[in-house]
Amino acid sequence: MTAPLISALHVTRVLPGVVPVTLVKDATLSIGRGEFVGVTGPSGSGKSSLLYLLGLLDHPTSGEIAIDGRTTAGMTDDERAEIRLATIGFVFQFHFLLPEFTILDNVMIPMRRLGRRSASAMRARGEEVLSALGLGDHMTKRPDQLSGGQRQRVAVARALANDPPLILADEPTGSLDSKSTDAVFKILDDIVRKDGRTVVAVTHDLDLAARMQRRIHLVDGMIVSDGASGELDQDKAPLTQN
Amino acid sequence: MIRLLLDLALTHIAGRGRQTVVSVLGVALGVGFSIAMAALMQGSQNDLIETLVEEYPHVSISVDTRNPRPQPGDEAYDATAYAGLRPREDRRGILNPGAVEASLESWIPGRLAGTFGLQATARLGGNDVGVSVVGIDPDGYDEVSTLGENMVLGRLADLKATASRIVIGDGVAEKLGAQIGSNVTISSSLGISRVFKVVGMFNAGVAAEDDVLVYMLLKNAQTLAEQPSAINDIRLSLDDPYAADAVANRVEKTLGLDAKSWQESNQSLLEAIFIRNVIMYTVVGAILLVAGFGIFNIVSTITHEKARDIAILKSLGFKAADMRRLFLVEGMAMGAAGSVLGWILGFGLSKLLATIRFEVRAEVEMTHLPVDIDWRHYLIAALFALISAGIAGYLPARKAASLNPVDIIRGAT
Repeated sequence: MTAPLISALHVTRVLPGVVPVTLVKDATLSIGRGEFVGVTGPSGSGKSSLLYLLGLLDHPTSGEIAIDGRTTAGMTDDERAEIRLATIGFVFQFHFLLPEFTILDNVMIPMRRLGRRSASAMRARGEEVLSALGLGDHMTKRPDQLSGGQRQRVAVARALANDPPLILADEPTGSLDSKSTDAVFKILDDIVRKDGRTVVAVTHDLDLAARMQRRIHLVDGMIVSDGASGELDQDKAPLTQN
Repeated sequence: MIRLLLDLALTHIAGRGRQTVVSVLGVALGVGFSIAMAALMQGSQNDLIETLVEEYPHVSISVDTRNPRPQPGDEAYDATAYAGLRPREDRRGILNPGAVEASLESWIPGRLAGTFGLQATARLGGNDVGVSVVGIDPDGYDEVSTLGENMVLGRLADLKATASRIVIGDGVAEKLGAQIGSNVTISSSLGISRVFKVVGMFNAGVAAEDDVLVYMLLKNAQTLAEQPSAINDIRLSLDDPYAADAVANRVEKTLGLDAKSWQESNQSLLEAIFIRNVIMYTVVGAILLVAGFGIFNIVSTITHEKARDIAILKSLGFKAADMRRLFLVEGMAMGAAGSVLGWILGFGLSKLLATIRFEVRAEVEMTHLPVDIDWRHYLIAALFALISAGIAGYLPARKAASLNPVDIIRGAT
């Protein structure tokens, strides 16, 4: 049996303060390679917080997270950054592209940081990913010259640049119209089906969540359901809380 | 990786064009003025030291001793006290000058000349002037001093023609009312008087010499002091003037005579130069520190403005150290740009200062401000600027590195 790509064991995240706030409570899950997982739940239910914990952007207050069989507890920030760089690609609701750089330059930034390819190979890889996402004609443009959907596709291209096995997306279609939403979803779906990568996407869009293979539903920081989307759709209870 | 950080840094600072220009100009002005000031200071220092090295003997050996010679009573009693003792002669001479000079010539890297000095009175008509008489061998002395070059009337070699000739400072001549050909009476403290004909005048540019010194042949001075064959000073001119301290020490150890290097003789002046340099570099440091505040301001602003970029770069896998380097590079890039501009400005200012003409004294030819263009000043100023810029960039860089990307991403979405 192969190790899951990502696993969380009794993970809790509490924001310290005069009144401590629990963002994620006792979350245990395991996600394998080639899965397309939707994380749903009402606002403030801890969806994004869980994603940041799985993506090693945040530290759990207790519990353990393992990526590709490596437990991350006790890792230094630098070691966690190295895992993010090589193993995880992030897509956020806001594209977070660097406005002064061209589209191609933005996509090449993670590759340049990783430094495993030659300059020409990096450029070729950037062009390949952008072309695959239908942005081949826009490589020399800057982000402000693109539409919202195009920018989000560039963000996906940047996440794919280092060829990571895991893509974490936080409301990737949250600020897009329905047409762009469909386009971005299709790209994520292709990443899973054709490339065999794992995609974990936080979404408010129930229809979108229903199209993913598996759905994890959170309420008040706790995972209340975790299963195939089809099964959960038959039992609408978790979704009606949204 | 470095290239990537440079690209990011240059993009950031280019995005704050006007502010960047002001900060870079601040550094450039600091570097430029410090270079010009250093060139001026170094120039005047070199000028002064050159004068000291040229005008004064590199090492002056006299019959004085650093510690008083033991008195006979010291050997007879455990405790002694002396009052009112006076030596038989004010200045004892080196009675075997030939042997001493031969000993020195065997190892000293340079030239030497023995002299005999005494205090005397010069008289012309009704004018009496207290003078210091120096008995010399004109040929030997010419090799260890600039007296020949300082002659304004007559020649030093004219001393040799007949026995009773003197060369006097133009200040002495003025006080006596003497001219070339005047017969001046020189009287020693022993009451011995002789008449000498003035055959030359010199101007060393130092009042302590021009107003006091009278040169004559060595044997004449020895006669006035009734010390035939004796000398009481040996003047050394070294091939390397900066070896003077070592040579003086060796002379003292081997001959037991008091030997003073030109550095020791002018110690207080050299100390004053050192203090002046300390003050100059303090001022320069303060100027560049102020320039550093400009860089601190702009890098702080950029880190604040680019918080989102920092967050996304960290989420992509950039380390905290990368962020520190990025903003440090931004500070250093502005420091480097300011330094290069400052070099150009400093060079231009130095050249401009060097062209300023002024007249010190009527008899001295028109001269310029002494400016010394030294690459080390450029290096030191740039180093100061880069350190200042580095500190100015590091403080906000440290803050940027500690930003939690989650806080910013949450705030942005």
